[in-house]
Amino acid sequence: MTDTRDEIDAEEGAGVVKKFMFVNRKAPYGTIYALESLEVVLISAAFDQDVSLAFLDDGVYQLVKGQDTKAIEVKNFSPTYRALEGYDVEKLYVERESLAARGLTEDDLLVPVQVVSAAEMAELMEAQDVVIGF
Amino acid sequence: MLHIVNKSPYEKTSLASCLAHARKGGAVLLIEDAVYAATRGSVAEAALRRAMQDVAVYALGPDLEARGIKGKVMDGVTVVDFGGFVDLVAEHRTNQSWL
Repeated sequence: MTDTRDEIDAEEGAGVVKKFMFVNRKAPYGTIYALESLEVVLISAAFDQDVSLAFLDDGVYQLVKGQDTKAIEVKNFSPTYRALEGYDVEKLYVERESLAARGLTEDDLLVPVQVVSAAEMAELMEAQDVVIGF
Repeated sequence: MLHIVNKSPYEKTSLASCLAHARKGGAVLLIEDAVYAATRGSVAEAALRRAMQDVAVYALGPDLEARGIKGKVMDGVTVVDFGGFVDLVAEHRTNQSWL
């Protein structure tokens, strides 16, 4: 079994670490995108990839403090963003223009983030090996 | 980077967001409902015209044909077929879909 595993690893380039960025542009509960993105982020982290998350447009709403979904009877997945650190996912970038357009500031967010301009966000995107949009 | 947009600019902000993040030398490919952005005389035309100073803009021919707007494509937009779509993906180191 071990040999087979090694062969597969060799074929598939085990140990290769790529820079993955997950771009979140949708609000959390109106569609399934935000939750699905989180699932994929956790999977990528499990494969020891260099993962970063970008939040822009309505995606910034995913990180707003004080979400309480009891009355709409869906899972409140916002605490998961605070748990990402435990999976070595520590690069969370939030676009300044998107926050400002929605009357939000960094103080409204439930997790420490790096606030960046749209131009800086574009540079970060360019520096990735894989960019996956949600 | 190749940016791929598939939403109408009149329904979603995907195209505007994409154009705000596309960097010089990049490319934007319009597919599905995003091809409506490439039509002459549309509100989106001006934004695309500005973007063309820095990025190449492409539209997927089969999606234009399906929507009856192939004859309305603005100057400067390169129409590609499915093979051209594949070529664009292969030519760029990375790509990003703006949903």
